[in-house]
Amino acid sequence: MIMPDEPLPFIPSPEDEHQIIEPVEFDFGLRRRTFMQLVATGLAIAVAPWPTDAQEQKQQRRPDKSGGNNAPKSVWERIHIGKDGVVTVLTGKVEIGQGARGEFTQAAAEELRVPTEQIQVLMSDTGLVPNDGLTAGSGSTPRTVPAIRQAAAAAREALLELASKRWGVERTSVELSGGKITHTVTKRTFTFGELAQGEELPKTLEQATPSTAALTAVSDWKVMGTALPRPNARDIVTGTHRYSSDIKRADMLHGKVLRAPSYGAKLISVDVAPAKAMKDVIVVQDGSFTGVVAPTTARAQEALDAIAKTAKWDESPHPSSKEMYDHLRAHAAEAVPKNEFAEELAAAKKTLRATYHAAYIQHAPMETRAAVAEWKGDQLTVWTGTQNPFGNRSELAKALRIPESKVRVITPDTGGGFGGKHTGEAAIEAARLAQAAGKPVSLKWTRAEEFIWAYFRPAAVSDAEATLDAEGRLTSWHFITLNAGPSALETPYRSGKKLARSINCAPPPLRPGSYRALASTANNFARESFMDELAAAAGADPLEFRLAHLPSGRLRDVLEEAAKRFKWSERVKSKKKDIGLGLACGTEKGSYVAACVEVEIDRKQGKMIPRHVCEVFDCGPIINPDNLRAQVEGGIIMGLGGALREGMEFQNGRMLNASFSAYEVPRFRDLPELDLHMLKRTDVASAGAGETPIIVIAPAIGNAVFHATGVRLRELPLTLPEKMPS
Amino acid sequence: MDQSISFTLNGKPLTVATDPSRPLLEVLREDLDLTGTKYGCGESQCGACTVLVDGVAVRSCVRTVGSVTGKKITTIEGLSADGKLHPVQEAFLAEKAYQCGFCIPGMIMGLVGALQQKPVPGDAELLSGMHGHICRCCGYPNLVKAIRRAAAQARK
Repeated sequence: MIMPDEPLPFIPSPEDEHQIIEPVEFDFGLRRRTFMQLVATGLAIAVAPWPTDAQEQKQQRRPDKSGGNNAPKSVWERIHIGKDGVVTVLTGKVEIGQGARGEFTQAAAEELRVPTEQIQVLMSDTGLVPNDGLTAGSGSTPRTVPAIRQAAAAAREALLELASKRWGVERTSVELSGGKITHTVTKRTFTFGELAQGEELPKTLEQATPSTAALTAVSDWKVMGTALPRPNARDIVTGTHRYSSDIKRADMLHGKVLRAPSYGAKLISVDVAPAKAMKDVIVVQDGSFTGVVAPTTARAQEALDAIAKTAKWDESPHPSSKEMYDHLRAHAAEAVPKNEFAEELAAAKKTLRATYHAAYIQHAPMETRAAVAEWKGDQLTVWTGTQNPFGNRSELAKALRIPESKVRVITPDTGGGFGGKHTGEAAIEAARLAQAAGKPVSLKWTRAEEFIWAYFRPAAVSDAEATLDAEGRLTSWHFITLNAGPSALETPYRSGKKLARSINCAPPPLRPGSYRALASTANNFARESFMDELAAAAGADPLEFRLAHLPSGRLRDVLEEAAKRFKWSERVKSKKKDIGLGLACGTEKGSYVAACVEVEIDRKQGKMIPRHVCEVFDCGPIINPDNLRAQVEGGIIMGLGGALREGMEFQNGRMLNASFSAYEVPRFRDLPELDLHMLKRTDVASAGAGETPIIVIAPAIGNAVFHATGVRLRELPLTLPEKMPS
Repeated sequence: MDQSISFTLNGKPLTVATDPSRPLLEVLREDLDLTGTKYGCGESQCGACTVLVDGVAVRSCVRTVGSVTGKKITTIEGLSADGKLHPVQEAFLAEKAYQCGFCIPGMIMGLVGALQQKPVPGDAELLSGMHGHICRCCGYPNLVKAIRRAAAQARK
């Protein structure tokens, strides 16, 4: 067995730094002192036998390793080789639609020289896998894929070493390919299964460290770089894959939680007697938490409705979405710096100032927050759809005042996240209900709950100011963004002087959180729109103006390639009525993107219709081209939603558009002609691709609207003015 | 008040004793453990809960179980027979028309329903009929390919 390590301090991995994680505080009535005692005892690492029904995949038990984002020190923590020859890759990352399961399979197969069918990936079960941090920030490709490759390469070397020892031959005369170890002289072979008999292989892998063996060069990739389909795709099309909301346990009940009528409302009183009088209904009251449990969801809803009628609330004032931008400005958490580029301002041929706004938007993943919680004695297991299973484990331990070692979080492949599932509120609610009911409880948030009580991509106010000299060169750049966050804050363009600052707002009107590409959606919109305004002020073509300020490098490369493929310079010369062309570029999470778009203005309906999107993307060596394409396409089309329609509307603390009928996400009819091109660079490391492709869509569309109509739109979602210039 | 409600589910006659006002979706998932049919919105806006009732694609989140008495229900679990996938499922696999996959069973049932019409509708009409299905991963390009592939197969 592995010896437990000393707990290490939590070191956030790079993908965690900009994530916005604001867990809901639960105030369950356990005594604080008890909690502290439990935390103290929880620091000892428990080697507890877990129930065996993890993700119902065969593999061997191993202890939970608490202590945060620590890369496994032993290959055995990352890779198991079973006596049946099956290779199990263990990772704390979550499959949430981004295709990590397939990429991890490819990474291990590549380094272990084994067919992909011989590999299974066990993901996001805190009782069994190493803590790989959040599944966020496009981190699976640049960090977890290399970690798996290093472990697999070390396992390969260990297998070769073991085989040569067993045969008593030179290590150099032993080869591994096609999942078999061969002695090149005698042609004897070992399968992985044959080598895995006995205790020697596990022991060797326990002693092996992941970083010593050489990785396969990109030019020699045989499995990475290919379009491997999702390993469990068949389970998706047959409906047999069980998401968290599909998990069924023996004697399981269904739960509902009482929600406030408005943000900030405090519960004064509630009469739970009507629910208690109902057959088979259990009512749970603990501090401000009130929930019900029943054999069916319908029954639970009936019970909840009965007590919701009796609830009295103390409501508090809450800003409306109409006054939200003023609210953000008035609640800046620190002084907003003045533009101190006095020399440049004085000498400027032209000075431009503009303010850009971005609304709060919802991730609205197809699978709402869901959890099934089951207690066995003092041990809690929760199946929940989250991007942060280890973080959820901590939240559960804190809220329920039990040590983390007593909590196991299992995240089956989940129905979408987009940065929206970092926190564990549904898991905690289910756990509290199950604790009171003494039976497993399934809790599935309704779509309205998800729209109202999940968190939001923050709204943003961005103030941009810049000066141009007589030659149309940027002499100063001053950019302050309120509430959005710092992603894509710095401009990649040359400017004499530069200042960019991100300032938080306190309190923000709505609960903030991460999103696909986080603040870059707002900051890149503001910057790329402002660059267009500056180009117009300088009398320059938007492409030429950008290129004049962009040093050579990957960003310039994608912009030039997009313009070439779109035939920008040619098309921009011949102007058609109500047809606009726009472009934008940007970089985030180590990848580079540029898009050129054609937008049609429908004056009668007051609509902007993107007709053609040409996007060029560079994320380094491509691990799975089909999966990459799907991620880029998804990012572009999700970007259309945020650009044209999505924005939360609220008043008096109530969300006014908390449904798919009122909050219009992209549908089939919104699909424009797509022309995608990936730069196939092999001289850099692979970056993630789930986020960056979204950041250029809104500004490119806004710039196209200006090109078509002369109207500059500075707020997301973009809306045409009621009176359009003819 | 519980009632006995009889219908045919995936080819087999069945009687459930439950409150007839419960959504068909909930009874399929909670009482019959057919969890391939998903909850997405509860207001027939997203299509994740689509099943066939007498061959017609309907949103099971807004249909009560009482309303399907005597009818033939097909869910995603009843689509493939003897381990052999339905051609629409094959088309989704071939085009990799999935990301998180949560909308896919509903999409497949919606398309199967549309393709059962005689004659098989044209691609434009089929795509227009699929507007009622949301894929929040926005994997529409591959979904369109899968729809075209399945339609071409059905017209053969």
